[in-house]
Amino acid sequence: MTNAEQSGAGRQSTLPFKVQIEPRLNVPRWLPTAVSVGAVILGLVLGAVALRFAGESHPFKAYASIAKVLFSSWGGISDVLVQATPLILVGLACSVAFSMKLWNIGAEGQFFIGAFAASVIVLAPVLPAETPGWIFIPVMMIAGLIGGALWGFLPGYLKAKFNVNEIITTLMMNYIAIEWNNFFIFGVWSEGGFQMSPRFPKTAWLPRLADYAREIPKFGGLTLHLGLIFGPIAAVIVWFILYRSKWGYEIRLAGDNPKAARYAGINIARNTVLVMMLSGALAGLAGMAQICGVVRRLQGSISPGYGFTGIIIAWLSKLNPLVVVAVSIFFGALLLAGREMGRSDISMLIQGIILFALIASEYLLRNRVRIVRA
Amino acid sequence: MINAVEMRGIVKRFPGVLANDRVNFDLRQGEIHALLGENGAGKSTLMNVLSGLYRQEEGTVRVRGQLVSFRSPRDAIEHGIGMVHQHFMLVPSLTVTENILLGLDEPRFLMRLPEYHKRIAALEEQFGLRAAPEAKVWQLSVGEQQRVEILKMLYRGADVLIMDEPTAVLAPQEIDELFVTLRSMTAEGKSIIFISHKLYEVMAISDRITVLRKGRMAAEPLETRSTNQAELAELMVGRKVIFTVTKEPREPGEVFLSVENVSAESDKGLPALKGMSFQIRSGEILGIAGVAGNGQSELAEVISGLRECTGGTVTVGGQTVSNQPPKAAIDASVAHIPMDRTGVGSSPNLSITDNLIMKTYRHPPIAKGWAMDERIARQYARDLKDDYEIMAPSIDTQTRLLSGGNLQRVILAREISGQPRVILAVQPTRGLDVGAIEGVRRLLLDQRQAGAAILLISEELEELFSLSDRIAVIYEGEIMGMFEEPDHETIGLMMAGQKGKATDDER
Repeated sequence: MTNAEQSGAGRQSTLPFKVQIEPRLNVPRWLPTAVSVGAVILGLVLGAVALRFAGESHPFKAYASIAKVLFSSWGGISDVLVQATPLILVGLACSVAFSMKLWNIGAEGQFFIGAFAASVIVLAPVLPAETPGWIFIPVMMIAGLIGGALWGFLPGYLKAKFNVNEIITTLMMNYIAIEWNNFFIFGVWSEGGFQMSPRFPKTAWLPRLADYAREIPKFGGLTLHLGLIFGPIAAVIVWFILYRSKWGYEIRLAGDNPKAARYAGINIARNTVLVMMLSGALAGLAGMAQICGVVRRLQGSISPGYGFTGIIIAWLSKLNPLVVVAVSIFFGALLLAGREMGRSDISMLIQGIILFALIASEYLLRNRVRIVRA
Repeated sequence: MINAVEMRGIVKRFPGVLANDRVNFDLRQGEIHALLGENGAGKSTLMNVLSGLYRQEEGTVRVRGQLVSFRSPRDAIEHGIGMVHQHFMLVPSLTVTENILLGLDEPRFLMRLPEYHKRIAALEEQFGLRAAPEAKVWQLSVGEQQRVEILKMLYRGADVLIMDEPTAVLAPQEIDELFVTLRSMTAEGKSIIFISHKLYEVMAISDRITVLRKGRMAAEPLETRSTNQAELAELMVGRKVIFTVTKEPREPGEVFLSVENVSAESDKGLPALKGMSFQIRSGEILGIAGVAGNGQSELAEVISGLRECTGGTVTVGGQTVSNQPPKAAIDASVAHIPMDRTGVGSSPNLSITDNLIMKTYRHPPIAKGWAMDERIARQYARDLKDDYEIMAPSIDTQTRLLSGGNLQRVILAREISGQPRVILAVQPTRGLDVGAIEGVRRLLLDQRQAGAAILLISEELEELFSLSDRIAVIYEGEIMGMFEEPDHETIGLMMAGQKGKATDDER
């Protein structure tokens, strides 16, 4: 039975009205945006309820004061953008894969392998420590891209060749990646028994604003690093690929209707592998940016689940690469706010509610709910 | 005598559409009353009001003289009104009996299947609806599944059966069987509403006809005996319709499509094509007649490269396209109008533009190196939209929002505009209304005139007879015979599996 039929069978004859659900013939342009905003508001409201129970007597005041802290000073804005940097890239990684309905939930693992591959350049070492930065940084970027791409290639190839479910493989490969990294930071590259590698040489760091504090005193203490520009540049490139290139057309067609794509002569297996590799590469670049721009060494706690937040960002952006940038900044602020309050669990909760609300709202986008007199 | 159903002044609005505008409809006891109209004329809406799915905004419904107001299909069936939908609602892994009992209060806990098998068998006996009660539904043919749907309604005590386009999914013989069944049901006192847009079927089965056009009654109900197809078509469409498309004589040219000894397997791995051979020349239409499921879809898929063949070769202008990626056939200028328009022929959530460039996006001028020229693509789409009269708000409209006829126009525009050498047309007019069918047939004949080699696979014998230069009959993956001047009877027999005594080839 269709939805209209089920709802037509209204049993609540005692009520003076009934709820009628009809499929939408046309989705108004503003509606997807309104739904996304609604999901965010719902997340914040329920987050406030949770905060209230956690002992915060004025949760909305707490929100306001945190927002003020984050956005009223250059320091705060800089910290938010540092958080947004990896999020933009993983958000793009998920958007690309989701555009072809490849459910890559392994951005977290690809992020770690990207970080690992970039570290190999310094720690193996592939390049000596005295290598100048203009060589170090590009080589590490390429290493991060390739590492992530490889971690995307495996599930992509298995999917293309043997139709192995990519949700399972990408999810499981997250754990392999994390443990693989642990093996190196606990053992091979451990610095004096600590669970981290030695610090990278200065030339392998992504420059920070604070590094220029001597010339421009205003930059003192600002942690914002060069990695920030990777995101917007990648967003524009991904937008171009998806909406203005032949390959992007193939991705969108295969994502919406694989049978039609095959009928149009598109090689789906090849695109599956390539899209997973592009997705992995973007997440890998995020990993590289994080270790070279923030912690400057390989260690375990480089991600508070960026790869998973990327999934939510991609959904909230409706897979639009340019929107990903803005949404990532919001999520960067959310992560930081959680840390400021000492309640990162609440910010995770808010993220979860937003994702739930978004997925549930798909139904509202396709159907219209009307209340009519019985 | 009291009418079984009496609907008066029914008005039903949807956002922006007046689906039913003061429609009257009477159903006499024991008659078959056809409800005729183009897609979107409001037939289904009216019947959904009667079967309790929708509620009318104005107007009254009486069942055997009693004023009723249904809240749900369950209410309707309690008053003896049951609808058999076009898309079956059966559980494939359950038996016929289990499907019929599904959702009922009896039996309560223990299924006591043997007892119910007997009851169902008795019901089948009474109405001449054969379908083994113990059989699982997935084992049944489409015709048998439809009988299960009818049995479901009869078992629930329906006196009035609404049949929503029941012939759309059936083969010609199954249609004949259905008609026999409908007659036996009316003989048992049931009344039947027969929804259709096929004129000859309505003429063949109904006692009276109500024609709807754009939500209104096109005329007072007609006696079938005192009307004809031309009058009905005019009422339906609102203008005169030319029935016989005129086919200009044309001398076929060189061989464009050559199928040699081709074998292939079905999705289930069973042999679907068994060493099939034929050729089609430029400017020629070869019609393939046959009951659905005898290898027609596999044949089209093998030629277009969507299915591997296990033996033989397909060549287009000397180039081998079998067992190559689908792109090889596209490059060899093979156009494919697939049967499944939403599942294969289009991408429902993409725009009309994106759907129109599916076969041309790789090549200049739309392609510019690795990029696509959006401006040129949109201009191309706008031109095709105008040329092929695709009715849509804009070229950005998603194709899932288009009506069947308009979607088919999008597919035809894409496939035919490139002047293909070979056209595979699989059921190109299925489910379309009279006006759209006429347009599709014209386009195919234009392409024949322009020199394309056309393979027309259809279940409508009339269509095959009026368009084809030759007709081949397919049965269980083999060609039973090939005719230049066929007759209905021989073809009918061959479709049922009998080899012809003498075919044109042997003569």
